[in-house]
Amino acid sequence: MKVGVIRFPGSNCDRDVYHALELAGGEPEYVWWNQKDLSNLDAAVIPGGFSYGDYLRAGAIAAITPVIDGIKSLVAEEKPVLGICNGAQILAEVGLVPGVFTVNENPKFNCQWTQLKVKTTRTPFTSLYHKDQIIKMPVAHAEGRYVNEDLELLHDQDQIVLQFEGENPNGSMEAITGVCDETGLICAVMPHPERASDMILGSDDGLNFFKGIINF
Amino acid sequence: MRYDVQVKISLKKGMLNPEASTIERALALLGYEVQDTDTIDIIKFVLDEDTEEKAREEVDDMCQRLLCNPVIHDYEIEINPQED
Repeated sequence: MKVGVIRFPGSNCDRDVYHALELAGGEPEYVWWNQKDLSNLDAAVIPGGFSYGDYLRAGAIAAITPVIDGIKSLVAEEKPVLGICNGAQILAEVGLVPGVFTVNENPKFNCQWTQLKVKTTRTPFTSLYHKDQIIKMPVAHAEGRYVNEDLELLHDQDQIVLQFEGENPNGSMEAITGVCDETGLICAVMPHPERASDMILGSDDGLNFFKGIINF
Repeated sequence: MRYDVQVKISLKKGMLNPEASTIERALALLGYEVQDTDTIDIIKFVLDEDTEEKAREEVDDMCQRLLCNPVIHDYEIEINPQED
């Protein structure tokens, strides 16, 4: 299973994601932002960071780079794509997942462990959890507050992937912090599964996100 | 023709603006009691185009494709021909 790890100037979770994919038994490969042809890949992960310095809006500039054409081709071939943190913001900016991740309610960079509820197991990334399972993963962002004018549609189409359990640290609508497209193959999550992929980090609850890709 | 362009980007009415409410609270710390604080981003540039209409069309396209996120933003375009 060849999984692309997409890199932009300012990405900083790329090596962590690469390592987590290796831990999960996958074959990761770095992909630079200007690469258009991703046809050799079976899946892709867009890791976190501060692509293009978060200028304009987090993810806005990465969203118009050539590699996004490659991502769209993967999507057309029904291959899974996961965006984490800045990667989630990028997928929302492109419009591949509904809604937007914007400035936190308390407008500061917020870095902490969170308890999360897995709301759907129909995505490859959450297929190894059970519905409503509580998992522990950290968040680290200033622009993570989820906003969407049509939450009803999200519920109807089973597109909510993760919700904060207990504290809602960024003021997201309905505490939503992970969503997917209608097919479930494109998934955007603000918490960092790669930072919870090994007990040495304090939790390995996130490893199943990567195992789920490899099992797909 | 050469045009001075200004794009004013604001959050849609009713959207939470944490930056504005933080500024309002900070002003209150200094003893200034104000209401309805808002923040607006202004992006300025110079654009060469045949007509003002074409320039407006092109800037509108820029707003839709990059400068704004239509999910949360409203925008206003101001175009002024440069004087020789």
